Amino acid sequence: MGWLHRHRGLVPYLLLAPGLAWLALFFVVPTYYLANTSLQTGSLDAGYAFTWAWDNYADAISTYHEQFVRSLQYAGIATVAAFLVSYPLAYFIAFRGGRWKGVLLLLIIAPFFVTYLIRTLAWQTILSDSGFVVNALQTVGLLGDGDRLLATSTAVIAGITYNFLPFMALPLYVSLEQIDGRLIEAAEDLYASKVKAFLRVTLPLSLPGVFAGTLLTFIPAAGDFINAELLGTPRQSMIGNVIQSKFLVLTDYGQAAALSFTLMAAILVLIAIYTKVLGTERMGV
Amino acid sequence: MTFARRHVLTAYALLAFGYLMLPIAVVIAFSFNDPLGRFNFTWQGFTLQHWENPFGPPGLRDAIVASLQIAALASLVATILGTLVALALVRYGFRGRGLTNLLIFMPMTTPEIVMGASLLALFLNVGVATGFWTIFIAHVMFDISFVVVTVKARLAGFDRHLEEAAMDLGANPFTTFARVTLPLIAPGVAAGALLAFALSVDDFVITLFNAGSTITFPLYVWGAARVGVPPQVNVIGTMIFLVAAGLMLASVLVQTRRPKGTS
Repeated sequence: MGWLHRHRGLVPYLLLAPGLAWLALFFVVPTYYLANTSLQTGSLDAGYAFTWAWDNYADAISTYHEQFVRSLQYAGIATVAAFLVSYPLAYFIAFRGGRWKGVLLLLIIAPFFVTYLIRTLAWQTILSDSGFVVNALQTVGLLGDGDRLLATSTAVIAGITYNFLPFMALPLYVSLEQIDGRLIEAAEDLYASKVKAFLRVTLPLSLPGVFAGTLLTFIPAAGDFINAELLGTPRQSMIGNVIQSKFLVLTDYGQAAALSFTLMAAILVLIAIYTKVLGTERMGV
Repeated sequence: MTFARRHVLTAYALLAFGYLMLPIAVVIAFSFNDPLGRFNFTWQGFTLQHWENPFGPPGLRDAIVASLQIAALASLVATILGTLVALALVRYGFRGRGLTNLLIFMPMTTPEIVMGASLLALFLNVGVATGFWTIFIAHVMFDISFVVVTVKARLAGFDRHLEEAAMDLGANPFTTFARVTLPLIAPGVAAGALLAFALSVDDFVITLFNAGSTITFPLYVWGAARVGVPPQVNVIGTMIFLVAAGLMLASVLVQTRRPKGTS
């Protein structure tokens, strides 16, 4: 006891030590091993050796640039779709929710209470060829008789949008909720139209939420492979599908690690550009 | 005009909520379906047989047990480690705060596949066979950040004078912690533990990379997806949904009842 008292400055570090050590050992150190592995060559039978194999990157990118571009595309479209769906919804809860805000927010995160794979399989059922969505679209002529929804890019993007929507809606809600309603009233008192008040007051004030929401949606979406696997075909396969099969099925560890590292780097670069363009340092969460 | 606008937004919100609930409804409905073949895709007829025998398919019970064991262990360890980190962050000034925050923040924003792959790279290179304990290690790792954030939020409104009072009255630091600090932060710690447990039960991607031959519930579903998912999976999915939603609804309703300002 006396020792702790004399070394009070050490207390925070003692509290931090176990948790940070765990993160250092199993989050930071693994990144080094991923980098190391990405420069290894070899096979499961012959063993793997570190050979500065930069070819892993060149080969991986030249072979799989299509899946890379597709991942970023799908993630981008899904992020925009999630934004368009959630903004009005978050607005509704923040300004019209009243005392039911808590319950309505619960409805937004309700999908998370169903295991990820199971809710994606539910979309498989909903979009299946004999399902009611396809039937309805065929009846009104939006879909031809032989056309399907399952196993298309649309299905994969729709699945991604649904699965990561709460990541978009929650930060949007938080930033909208914090807006002082009097600011919007003031704008309207000063003869701004409803639309103008929204564009000049509400929307700019909610930008931190937009920023956090798009990042929290885009990042997991770009690395996802479950939607492409369950709702698409190999023609919709994303970079996550390639990484997964190379690591776990083909044991081509060098290229798999190179692809993971490239994905990480691509995402970091995009975030950096995005942060610069949006010009905000606030993360909102 | 205002009237119309109001209702357009309400109608839209209803539609959006419907969209969010649709797959949940399908999961629940198809737990009562009586499928013809191996694939539980089209509605054939109502039956209660899957609910009477939820652990019927071979391997399903073991997978659920593995999931619950890992989630219990991982959330316990992550809650302890995360609470200590949150205490340090809220209560003390120290060098390296920025770095600590970064280290907590990073796992929440890194794609799961990259974390899963990195951990596998570590285990492969160091020569650790993947299995139950590597899944446990991985789950503690991604749980910690969420516990820290949850407990921190609760600690922010914490009155330090209560602890000082206890110390002034002769309590030593450990008694103070056990009798004053812990009871006050307990709701935050419990929320963090529940969140960690839920994340752990639901995790698929990082688990897939580090599971070896161990099969958790999500891994079971993944394997079954190729050959036809038994309706019992919908039963388990519905049970998980009911427990999680029930707990959340109860906590939200308790907060709604309470007048504002006394959280």
